[in-house]
Amino acid sequence: MTVYRIFKTAFKALRRNPMRALLTTLGIVIGVGAVIAMMEIGTGSSEAVQSAISSMGANVLMIVPGTAASGGISFGAGSVTTLTPEDCEAIMKECPAVRIASPEVRARTQVVYKQRNWVPFWMTGTSPANLEVANRAIAEGEFFTERDVLNANKVCVLGQTIVRELFQDEPAVGKEIRIKNVTFRVVGVLAAKGANMMGMDQDDILLAPWTTIKYRVTGSSLTNTNQSTSSSSSSSTSDSVNTLSNLYPGQTSLYPEKSATQTADNPLPVRFANIDRIMAAAGSTAEIPAAIQQITDLLKERHRIRPGEPDDFSIRDMTEMTKTLASTTTLMTNLLLCVAMISLVVGGVGIMNIMLVSVTERTREIGLRMAVGARPRDILRQFLVEAVVLCLVGGAMGILFGHGGSQLVHLILRWPVATSPAAIAAAVLVAASVGIVFGFYPAWRASRLDPIEALRYE
Amino acid sequence: MELIELHNICKTYYLGDVSVPVLNGVSLNVAKGEFVALMGASGSGKSTLMNLLGCLDRATSGEYWLDGQEVSRLSLDQRAILRNRKLGFVFQNFNLLPRTSAQDNVAMPLAYTADHLSDREARQRAAQMLGRVGLQDRMDHEPSQLSGGQQQRVAIARALVNRPQILFADEPTGNLDSRTSEEILAMFQQLNADEGITLILVTHDAQVARHARRVIHIHDGAIVDGAFLECGEPIAPAAALASGVK
Repeated sequence: MTVYRIFKTAFKALRRNPMRALLTTLGIVIGVGAVIAMMEIGTGSSEAVQSAISSMGANVLMIVPGTAASGGISFGAGSVTTLTPEDCEAIMKECPAVRIASPEVRARTQVVYKQRNWVPFWMTGTSPANLEVANRAIAEGEFFTERDVLNANKVCVLGQTIVRELFQDEPAVGKEIRIKNVTFRVVGVLAAKGANMMGMDQDDILLAPWTTIKYRVTGSSLTNTNQSTSSSSSSSTSDSVNTLSNLYPGQTSLYPEKSATQTADNPLPVRFANIDRIMAAAGSTAEIPAAIQQITDLLKERHRIRPGEPDDFSIRDMTEMTKTLASTTTLMTNLLLCVAMISLVVGGVGIMNIMLVSVTERTREIGLRMAVGARPRDILRQFLVEAVVLCLVGGAMGILFGHGGSQLVHLILRWPVATSPAAIAAAVLVAASVGIVFGFYPAWRASRLDPIEALRYE
Repeated sequence: MELIELHNICKTYYLGDVSVPVLNGVSLNVAKGEFVALMGASGSGKSTLMNLLGCLDRATSGEYWLDGQEVSRLSLDQRAILRNRKLGFVFQNFNLLPRTSAQDNVAMPLAYTADHLSDREARQRAAQMLGRVGLQDRMDHEPSQLSGGQQQRVAIARALVNRPQILFADEPTGNLDSRTSEEILAMFQQLNADEGITLILVTHDAQVARHARRVIHIHDGAIVDGAFLECGEPIAPAAALASGVK
């Protein structure tokens, strides 16, 4: 008997009682539907986590200054700024595992455009490399250049949130905004990125050359976010600061001149330009450990740290966070999947029950089939295939319902979902095996019937 | 050579510790092309004998040669193949598959045939068989839409679809009125005459048994008479016999 004919016979037998077949397979429909929906929503959320992570920059290492210690008293991480832009350049040049690195200088202060103002969550001074490190894209205009960094030009690039708050519907590129009374020209607008893993708005950002932020914005105060109070309360001093800030440092002397006293007091070169952190992107995920090792060695050497002394910097691996978050979503998905699997087993028991009833009901048919030459194994196969067909039909319906359900969730609740072919394949496989496992006993009972008894069965 | 040879067949059923002997040393011969009626009162063992002859059951002791094969030694599967290839069954209660068209009912045994007919060939063969029993215009009808006589004719077509050598009919007219019974029996006679199919008819009705060429009487698990074809008696030319009945 060909496979085609076996399945056709099974379909015909099931079609004799379509309502019962449908109700029997309902358990499988629900089970498979639940599995598919869970898998799609689970995959969707873990993909969302993945993309949130990669939107922060793929394979990114964050190098932050370490703790300052004096006489056995440590002041906590970040209490000194030991990193210099030269460190950043050296990392780029001398660490083969690092693809690209950019310095970052942070500030938090008010931005003013005409009568509107806004305090960006992130006001970061950086280099053009940051565009690649942090995986950002330009939507309008262009990013500032290396030359802007060297000249500490007063240019900036804005995130979508700031553009919306300050400019509303006006085009932002080419406009001038004021940060601490320093006028910045907007050269570009970043593409929207949405919230990051911690729920912070990544579009609430202002990027400018780190030199500009360092010397023109944070030159006076980091803590004061309200420039009107700062200017009014200390109008006499702010004038001088502003005057200083407004000066172009010029192409040749990037850093403030050392006075004779300073040179005399510090035999070692003083780090005039400290930066808040360095973001470095490793070539690939596999290269992250190598990159950490290379950066550690390089910075130890550059910072003259003797063996045994604590490092004055620390390196944070963002992939650790990735793994933690991803494993949480995976755990939740697996738990829900277990529940869905239980409903599949319940559905399988339903199939077994109805198949047993069906075998009893069709005893005469079984007897007849045996009389006309069906071997026990033919009968076994027929009932087994019927159970499997029931389960596969249920599985197919379940896939449709599950997929539809997850799409509905996507439409109504805006949850991220992702179609997963693996889940569909698994569901089909599980449905077929449920059919075989739970269909076997009734089919075996049918094949053991005595044809004479079966023919006489009323 | 005889088609069917039984030597001293015994069949005993065991109900717990009690043994119930049903057949006590039955011996009989049936030649190719015969039309034999097995007659006996209910409980005489004729159904048991029929099940043995139809390879549905195995004898407790004795030998059963069917077409040169010792059936008692065959396995379950081998007997199933034997039934499929060489035997056809017609039952008192028709035993058609419910909610299944006449054509599919007739094609059903072909599903278990070793020689693989394509689906289309199988349906063609079924249609041909239905034509032979005069139901060519009822092929898509389900059993519930057919009269008793028509249902029995579908059952006969199903029994014939694998071109069996022997056709077993177990009280084939038991559920039919006398007129349809006559039709069905006439059809049996015709099949016996035209195609040379060996027919074994089980009945308790002498009126029905009369249509057979030879009648074997069973009483209390033993054959009373008609076990062997008398020497020299010719197997009746079927056409003459059929006309003789009419």
